[in-house]
This record gives sequence, C-alpha cells and structure tokens, in this order.
Amino acid sequence: MQSSETAEYKADIEEELEPTALEDPVDEPDRIMPAIEFRDVHLSFDDKKILDGVSFVVRRGETKVILGRSGGGKSTAIRLILGLLKADSGQILIDGEDITDYTEEEMIPVRQKIGMVFQEGALFDSLSVYDNVAYRLHESGVDEDEVEREVRRMLSFVDLEDAIDKMPDELSGGMRRRVGIARALVGDPAIVLFDEPTAGLDPPTARTICELAIKLRDLQDVSSIFVTHEMNNVGYLSSEYATVNEDGQVLFEKEGEKLCLINTEVIMLRDGQIIFSGSDERLRHSPDEYVQRFINGKQEN
Amino acid sequence: MNPLTKFLLELQEISILIWRSVGGLIRGPRYFVETIRQMDLIGVGSLPIVLLTGFFTGGVLVLQTFPTLEYYSIQNETGRSVATSLIRELGPVLSALMVSGRIGSAISAELGSMVVSQQIDAMRALGTDPNRKLVAPRMLALIFMLPLLTVAADIFGIIGGGVVASLLYNQEASVFIQSVRSGITTEDIIGGIIKPLFFGLIIGSVGCHKGLSTTGGTAGVGRSVTNAVVISSIWVIIFDFFLSKALQVILDIGPM
Repeated sequence: MQSSETAEYKADIEEELEPTALEDPVDEPDRIMPAIEFRDVHLSFDDKKILDGVSFVVRRGETKVILGRSGGGKSTAIRLILGLLKADSGQILIDGEDITDYTEEEMIPVRQKIGMVFQEGALFDSLSVYDNVAYRLHESGVDEDEVEREVRRMLSFVDLEDAIDKMPDELSGGMRRRVGIARALVGDPAIVLFDEPTAGLDPPTARTICELAIKLRDLQDVSSIFVTHEMNNVGYLSSEYATVNEDGQVLFEKEGEKLCLINTEVIMLRDGQIIFSGSDERLRHSPDEYVQRFINGKQEN
Repeated sequence: MNPLTKFLLELQEISILIWRSVGGLIRGPRYFVETIRQMDLIGVGSLPIVLLTGFFTGGVLVLQTFPTLEYYSIQNETGRSVATSLIRELGPVLSALMVSGRIGSAISAELGSMVVSQQIDAMRALGTDPNRKLVAPRMLALIFMLPLLTVAADIFGIIGGGVVASLLYNQEASVFIQSVRSGITTEDIIGGIIKPLFFGLIIGSVGCHKGLSTTGGTAGVGRSVTNAVVISSIWVIIFDFFLSKALQVILDIGPM
C-alpha cells in the first residue's frame, strides 16, 4: 500500500468529519454532534459502584474500544446506552438527544437507530436463523419479499447465507455470534454496540468478527462501541482498515507504522472510572502501571 | 430488607406487570396469533390432567361420603353433595393447582431461561416490549382457559362420582343424576366460573413475574420455577377462602 494512498485515506476521513460547504447543510450538523455522549454518569448496584463519573464522546463514524477487566463496568455502559438500565446521575445523549430519563416507550424510536450485538449472541432459540434476523422487520409488519431480501443481504454480509433455515442450537458459537451481528444490522442502524463479541471464540473466528466491525466502520460509516478485554482485537481495530477494490472485493489493509487511524480510539475502565483515553499508540506507551499490566497480560501483585 | 417490605415490593412489581400487560392490550400492538397459540398450549394441553383430576376427585368424594350419608339415611342426596362440592370448591381449586404446577412452572422456566440468556434484553433492544409479546398472551390465555378447564373438571368429577356411586354402592344412576340436578344452582355455576378467572390471573402474573425477575444463571431459573409454583399455589388457596366468602355474600348462596 502506497503511503500517498494512506495519506489520501486519512485525508478522506478528516474531510468526512468536517462539514463541507458543498454538501447539504441540513445533514452536516450530524457530523459535529457526537453519536454517543456520556456526561459524568454514575451507577451503583447494592452499594457497589459500577460507574463512577464516566464521561466520554463517540464521534460520528468513530469506533470506541472500551477495555477493562471483567465486571469493570463495560457491559453496564452499553446497557445504559440502550436504556436497559437507568443511571443514578449524569446524562447520556444519543445524537444529541438526552435519553437519561426516557421511559421504555420513549426509548423505542431511539433503539431503532442502534444495533446491539450481545455477548453470547442472544438469539431467540425458538426461532430459526431467518426469523431471528428478520425479527425487527416482522415486528414492523414489513412485506415478506422485502424481508427475505434484507435477511439474505445481512447474512451474506456476515457470510452465513447457507445457515438461513437452521435453528440456533445447530450453530457453533462463532456462527451464533455472526447471526447476532446480522440481526443487529437489519435496518442499517447508524450506531452499533458490540458487547465482548469475541469472548470464547477461537482466534480465526475472533478475527472474522473484527473484520465485520472494520467493514462497518470503514465502508458504512457506522459509529460503534466495541467492548472487549482481548488485546488482539484492539490491534486489528486500530491498525487495519477496509477498502473495496475494482472487483468489488473487500480488502483489509494495515496502516503503516508512521500513520495512525484516527477514527478508532481506546478507553480503559478501572473500578468504574476511565483511566485512559486515546489512541492505541499512546496506550502502548502509557506510563501507568495498571495499563501496562493489562495490555501485557500480567497479574496484579 | 424485612419480609414485610419484601412482600410489599413483590406485590407492587406484580401489580405493575399486570398494569403494563393490560395497557398493552388496549394500546396494541396485540399479539393475537401468539395468544391463540398460548390458549392451545395452556388450555388444550392441560385438559388431560384436569379431566383426570376431576374424575378421580369426584370418585373419591362419593367413596368417602356415601357411607356417612347412608348412616343418616340420606344417601339419595349423594349427587347433590358431590356436585356442589365440586362446582363451588374442588373443581376450581384443584384445577388451578394442577395448572399452576404445569403451566406456572412452564412459564417461569421459559421466561427465566430467556432472561439469563439475554434474550429479553435482545427483545427490548430490537424494539419489542416483552410485556406485550410474552406476558399479555400468557395471562389472557390463562384467564380465558382456566374457567373452561374448571367446567370440564366439574363435569368429569360428577361423572366420576356417578360411576363410583353406581358401581361401588349400587345406587341407581337416575337417583344420582336427579340429585345432581336438584343441587346445582345458577349462583353456584357463576361462582364456580368467577373463581378460575381470578386464579388464572394469579398463576399468570406470578409465573411471569418470577420468570422475568430471574437472576443468577441456571440455578436462578430453578429457584424462579419453584417460587412461581409454590407462591401461586398458596395464593390460589388463600384467595379461594376470601373469594368464597365474598361470593357467598354477593350471590347470597344458601345451604348445600
């Protein structure tokens, strides 16, 4: 890959993040408004502080990788975004809309914009793969021909077209995870949340899941949060990007040592607080002992 | 939290659950097909055990009471005593207890498993209200089907009693039937259908609430099922007492 092309790629990204006079000005405010924003959010369960003054921003088209130890509050943050939990204090904004005190009813249109990939896939086990992926469309009463088109499109995105009539218990863990991704992407949500999507998967399958996330980020301009505690994923997401060649094939390219993808950032949570926020380069060179032990997989003394 | 606070909290949560699912019926979306499916599973599916329960209960009633009635030379009233016992009490309560065991456990297990595997969260994330999609169809199906099951149990109970009376005690079938017909009043029948309506509500709301509030993985599902069956059974029995008294007053039910 030529360095001039990567420079061009980086310039393209920067251009996308800034409003241009040529585009329709009505659409442009979306680019400046963050997709997701947490402002000083606190949450406790039974005297245990899960989130302690957490604030961060996910910009349009950005992928935020949230790292942290198991039980450190990562999945809780995601559930707060979906309104499955309510914060004790602070504000949560989706596309500039304050959803902190929204009722279930009010959350329904907000959830239409968000796709969630659950840790174990969370497929409905009494429904086939087809019915699982078609779920949102069936609930909205969409015409069956269109449903079938959409389902096939999604399943080919995750490379699982031949599993279309299978039941969830006939699938492997990785396949279930991918069906979960297909289901979350129906309706082309602008925001996708990944909750430890590679937990328990073998490295090649984990890589496939990361490639899907990269495709979404680079080819479909999706804003996303990627919760994980595996450093391999951080590596893939922050140093590789997807492009489409002349034959319509998707290729994954690695960024050079000198250039850094600027649309992927890392946050590390510890005991409910953000102890690191920045690029993966800065993460690797962080002077914080806890951070270094985490990324190098050493036990705390 | 002391037991009283816990109890009141549970009561509050069950009331909210009932309120939300009733609200779902009024404002829609209504899951009509799902409700029919639940009626089939709950009603038709429970029919065999309810009929069996009714038949043998009627039989054992006659078995036990006939000698005493004969001692006081009023054995011709056997039909009447069996019919009123069944229609007023044993039909509704025993059917409800059977259904609580079969359906209460099924509902709480199914919903509990969905909670621990994050399917309920997934449902909410995909924009569906679990109260409308899961709870309301089950509760409606129970409220509708339990009275029908109870009537079936009553009928089979009377048949069972008649069989025992004629085969074991050599009572004329016509005597038994005549006594049954003279004993049944409209008030008894109304009361015998009102009770199952309430019992259905109890079984449905307790089962759904326990299922949806499951915590703690697969062991938690087991706990939820146990609690659902035990609590709904106890409530059926307690409610039965107060309902019986209320019906006696409201419907002005006289002696047997």
